[in-house]
Amino acid sequence: MRLNAEIKKVLKDFTLDIRIDTSASRIGILGPSGSGKSMTLRCIAGIETPDCGRISLDEKVLYDSGSRVFLKPQQRNVGYMFQNYALFPTMTVLQNLECGARGSRTEKRERALEMLSRMKLDGLEKRFPSELSGGQQQRTALGRILAGKPELILLDEPYSALDPNLVDRLQREMEEILKDYHGQVIMVSHNRDDLYRFSEEIFIVREGSVLCHDRTKNLFDDPRSLEAAKITGCKNFSRIRRIDAHRLEASDWGIKLEVDRPVPESVRFVGYRAHYLKPVWGGRKRNCMKFCCAFVDDMLFEKKYYCIPETGCTDQDKLVSWFVQAVTQEMLEKRGMPDYLEFEQERILLLE
Amino acid sequence: MREFLSGLDWSPLYISLKTGLAATVISFFLGIIAARKVMNCSGRVKAVLDGILTLPMVLPPTVSGFILLLIFSKRRTVGIFLKEQFGIVAVQTWLGCVIAAGVIAFPLMYRSARAAFEQIDPNLVFAGRTLGMPEREIFRRVVLPAAAPGLASGTVLTFARAMGEYGATSMLAGNIPGKTGTVSQRIAMVIQNGDYVTAGFWTAVVLVIAFLIVVLINLIAGKNTRQTRRW
Repeated sequence: MRLNAEIKKVLKDFTLDIRIDTSASRIGILGPSGSGKSMTLRCIAGIETPDCGRISLDEKVLYDSGSRVFLKPQQRNVGYMFQNYALFPTMTVLQNLECGARGSRTEKRERALEMLSRMKLDGLEKRFPSELSGGQQQRTALGRILAGKPELILLDEPYSALDPNLVDRLQREMEEILKDYHGQVIMVSHNRDDLYRFSEEIFIVREGSVLCHDRTKNLFDDPRSLEAAKITGCKNFSRIRRIDAHRLEASDWGIKLEVDRPVPESVRFVGYRAHYLKPVWGGRKRNCMKFCCAFVDDMLFEKKYYCIPETGCTDQDKLVSWFVQAVTQEMLEKRGMPDYLEFEQERILLLE
Repeated sequence: MREFLSGLDWSPLYISLKTGLAATVISFFLGIIAARKVMNCSGRVKAVLDGILTLPMVLPPTVSGFILLLIFSKRRTVGIFLKEQFGIVAVQTWLGCVIAAGVIAFPLMYRSARAAFEQIDPNLVFAGRTLGMPEREIFRRVVLPAAAPGLASGTVLTFARAMGEYGATSMLAGNIPGKTGTVSQRIAMVIQNGDYVTAGFWTAVVLVIAFLIVVLINLIAGKNTRQTRRW
């Protein structure tokens, strides 16, 4: 399967200009709220019409402004899971499932009954959506989509409206159900964790355009641009001055850094994830920064230290975030605050 | 009392009920169609169309009645055309009652239907489309049931308004006993003749019907919101 989408659409705050060309089977679109992710899905499903562009699935053209092709959503065979599931409130679970199936009345009934047991909804066929738990609603919505054997499934922020206690379980259920589905699935989310575990390939979207895309692992290891690094959750950034191929000066942190890779001329910033900072006691080592803690956020299983860097600059947005989890926290309690924080060279992000 | 009832002309009640029913049936379908059309219009067109369709509700009924009279007058183009081509005469006929009541009550149906449609989660319709359901089936199985409470209360309200219509009806259809004489016209007439007993009787009838209608609306509306918020 290969999805190829080129979508242009003028929106109120920005112009959507998205290019997606991928044959990955689990695709993530990551971006802040209001960046045009959902609109992209809606255009692919045919709920919204782009101003121009072209959308195709393998050989099948869904939309092409050039040759004036616009398939109705009914003709696209693209499943769309809405954030609120959009189950039909006046129909029972079985009737909802039937709505997704195609064919004659008996074929629909058969397919719906098949989905009912595959989604582990047995015994709930006469319930209305309002009488279901969150997990049952999600399974009904997925079952209703899968009943029509779609070629592509679109998941629009599937977990963001859920009770945090439910999310883990529903994620596992969703993965379990989609394991047998061999078409492409696109998940849109502003939550990097959701997409990290779900997607093979991620597109980062910001203000209506694709900032970058890559295999998930590569993208998180090397986001390449400052904006993309921010969206992947990197907290610490510094402007740099390049000294030579392996050394640079991080001016916002007031230290010199050595990097294991050659530093390209185009690099303007370095980034460093807050969880990766390493406490160092005693003598100064390579890539160490002297710091002074400005304030601490005490979370349940984590402490967030906000540190004044070696420049001594106390600006709020120049503070270095250092997130410490339980094991390291115990060490801190035993040995006291470290003298330095180390930036491990292989974890330094080189950004343009 | 028995003497009064046996001597009473019941025709106003039948005429009112019949008029109300006919006007409601017509308004029901036209109101739903108009609501759908206006919803799909954008910006200025919507505002203007909505204004025109709502006008009969805000105009004094006599003004609407006079305009209708001008349109359907047997001496004017439209009236002549309708009479010669289709044999339709609205002035001084029961049809006039229905037209007058329909025009006045229509905005209530139209506005209720629009409100009911607009509060439907559009994702339900989109979901239907992506699932491959034909538009007609989506409307019949998803939209109508979801809008049912609003449509039902709109229908009852329309019926109530149509049944009690006075101003426009008296101008277009006149007050011909047994033909176009509705309850509200009968009340006006007997009061002019000083017959307060008959006026009181019909007033009581109207009061009872109106009250039942309002209670009915509340019951319909209450069915969907089991827990009403209080403050």
